[in-house]
Amino acid sequence: MATQSARHIISLLMENESGALSRVAGLFSARGYNIESLTVAATEDQTLSRMTIVTTGSEAVIEQIIKQLNKLVDVVKVLDLNDGKFIERELMLVKVKATSAFREEMKRMCDIFRGRIIDVADGSFTIELTGSGNKLDAFIESLDKAAILETVRTGASGIGRGDRILKV
Amino acid sequence: MGKSMEKSSKKITGAEILIRCLHEEQVEFVFGYPGGAVLHIYDAIFHQDKFKHILVRHEQAALHAADAYSRSTGKVGVALVTSGPGATNAVTGIATAYMDSIPMVIISGQVPTYAIGEDAFQECDTVGITRPCVKHNFLVKDVKDIAATMKKAFYVASSGRPGPVLVDIPKDITADLCQFDYPETVQMRSYNPVTKGHLGQIKKALKLLSEAKRPMVYSGGGVVLGDAAEHLIKLIQALGLPITSTLMGLGGFPASDKKFLGMLGMHGTYEANMAMQECDVLLAVGARFDDRVIGNTVDFLSKPRTIIHIDIDPASISKRVKIDVPIVGDVKSVLADMNELIATEKPQQNTAALNAWFEQIQTWRAKECMNFAQSNEFIKPQYVIQKLHEVTKGEAFVTSDVGQHQMWAAQYYKFDQPRRWINSGGLGTMGVGLPYAMGVQFAHPNAQVACVTGEGSIQMNIQELSTCAQYHLPIKVIMLNNRYLGMVRQWQEFFYENRYSESYMDSLPNFVKLAEAYGHVGMQITKPGDVEAALKEAFAMKSRFVFMDFITDQKENVFPMIQNGKGLSEMILAEDL
Repeated sequence: MATQSARHIISLLMENESGALSRVAGLFSARGYNIESLTVAATEDQTLSRMTIVTTGSEAVIEQIIKQLNKLVDVVKVLDLNDGKFIERELMLVKVKATSAFREEMKRMCDIFRGRIIDVADGSFTIELTGSGNKLDAFIESLDKAAILETVRTGASGIGRGDRILKV
Repeated sequence: MGKSMEKSSKKITGAEILIRCLHEEQVEFVFGYPGGAVLHIYDAIFHQDKFKHILVRHEQAALHAADAYSRSTGKVGVALVTSGPGATNAVTGIATAYMDSIPMVIISGQVPTYAIGEDAFQECDTVGITRPCVKHNFLVKDVKDIAATMKKAFYVASSGRPGPVLVDIPKDITADLCQFDYPETVQMRSYNPVTKGHLGQIKKALKLLSEAKRPMVYSGGGVVLGDAAEHLIKLIQALGLPITSTLMGLGGFPASDKKFLGMLGMHGTYEANMAMQECDVLLAVGARFDDRVIGNTVDFLSKPRTIIHIDIDPASISKRVKIDVPIVGDVKSVLADMNELIATEKPQQNTAALNAWFEQIQTWRAKECMNFAQSNEFIKPQYVIQKLHEVTKGEAFVTSDVGQHQMWAAQYYKFDQPRRWINSGGLGTMGVGLPYAMGVQFAHPNAQVACVTGEGSIQMNIQELSTCAQYHLPIKVIMLNNRYLGMVRQWQEFFYENRYSESYMDSLPNFVKLAEAYGHVGMQITKPGDVEAALKEAFAMKSRFVFMDFITDQKENVFPMIQNGKGLSEMILAEDL
């Protein structure tokens, strides 16, 4: 049943209970599925957590992942965002060298990618950037490697377009 | 019972609440072992007599016994263990039940809530350790939650695809006071298992089956667990289909019926495996196409066939093999719907093709792959099982351990009824046999219970001879003693040029004396001519536990055999060697 491996974003709603995250993480490691990123937080309804999992796999593997997630007793709903139109966003904070000669250059790069400088120090800027994973990758690649002091990324969050709504 | 519970305003301890929950669930037996974290619970048990607590000698055995109680009755098995080592000892038993989808509720003690995380005495993260091998688990953090959690635990364990559910309860919670109020129903927005199969799919399946030229049915443990045997028999008789069964499904269809081709898989019959490989429409019922059943998927899929799969677990469908007609639902309900359709629609079948197909099957059957060379010198293990079947008239509950003896028991004890064959299929846990026999005997005090085992497996839970003595369990242990870890030795003979690395069992105890030391009857049988008489003698001792040490042929192998990773059509038969 091997087919081409593709990147999928899976959204799910689960009971906001201790151990819920480890049930999902444990499922992925126990069955040998990939996790590219996983983000989780409570929703406006505090009894529910919303999770976004980015994974890669063949159609058959993704089908199994969805089924296995649904099988977890705490999981309320699962949606493969790739089954329709969706939006994906990720937040990245990058601390870069910003010494006299580079300060203007860094400011300009940040503007081009529509980032924001959120901390200014003597020798560095901290830039906040939001976008798809690809956009964040592109920003990192466009910087001089030596200028990057530290990066932190949240992993992707996803949501369906229009009236594609994941709700209880 | 079950509803009306007295909603008294009196406050009772968490331990007492727990006991009341077990009463509400009509629990008959709790298999367990006391310890520090469950002392309040044991004190509450002391004050009640609605269920019987069975004291085992090792927590693993408590789990296996509760598991077998469930397998042989269909009811939820209940085990109770203390924190730390009590819980870790239980893990093998939990994983065994999980792999075979057995409904169980396990209650584990935990250190007091204020001590959790402090590496307290006998503390371990039980919920974390058991998470990958339970259907679900809970840590109760408030006495007010005990009743609702227990209600959920029994519901989750026994509904949908069944499985073990663990409830971890810190010691202080069992001393806290609260009113007892047992919920009448369970509502879980995150858990709503499907039961009814899709009627359109069922119609499609029936059409395919009746039009098939070479139809085949492959039934699994789901038929036994789902109490669907009756409906399966009806379907097979109505359409006249050939049928095989997995190790876990044995008894789901009578082995003595002509339509039954025997067990399939790694040690399945030639006719069952060939029919699986050559059929054009395959109906899988409550089975999961695992590696021990169809071997490698590439070989299996090299033959074109249409596959219909009935299973309660959507995740079992298209996991290893792509399914053409999936039917998600309770096996019993789906088969009942199918039978109803047959009765109303009376589908036309391709009788000529079906007859030709049975003729083909007959040629495979003619190989008589289950024949074995009889000996006057050595006791053949297969012969012991054949005689066991005769002496018990095929009506015994047979438990087994894991290895060659397990395969021989499955092959030669012809099970005609479901829930009679009790073994660890998925996890393959050595040591289950004796505690399984205990669980079965408690559930069926007047039934004949035989534990088919080997001298390797039996020693993994030999301490339970003591439990059997305490409760006067008249189990008959049928030990096939070949002084080898037989299945390991067989693989070493075939695939490692007879290098018998660590598979020899040296320094065996005198099992007769060992049994006698516990107050049981011990027998050693060394000659083929004595097998039948010894079995008769043992089963005639209706109130005694009899340990039968059969000294069997050391070099006997299990045939047919499909090598690991090979396909169904690549069997090694006894006659080939």
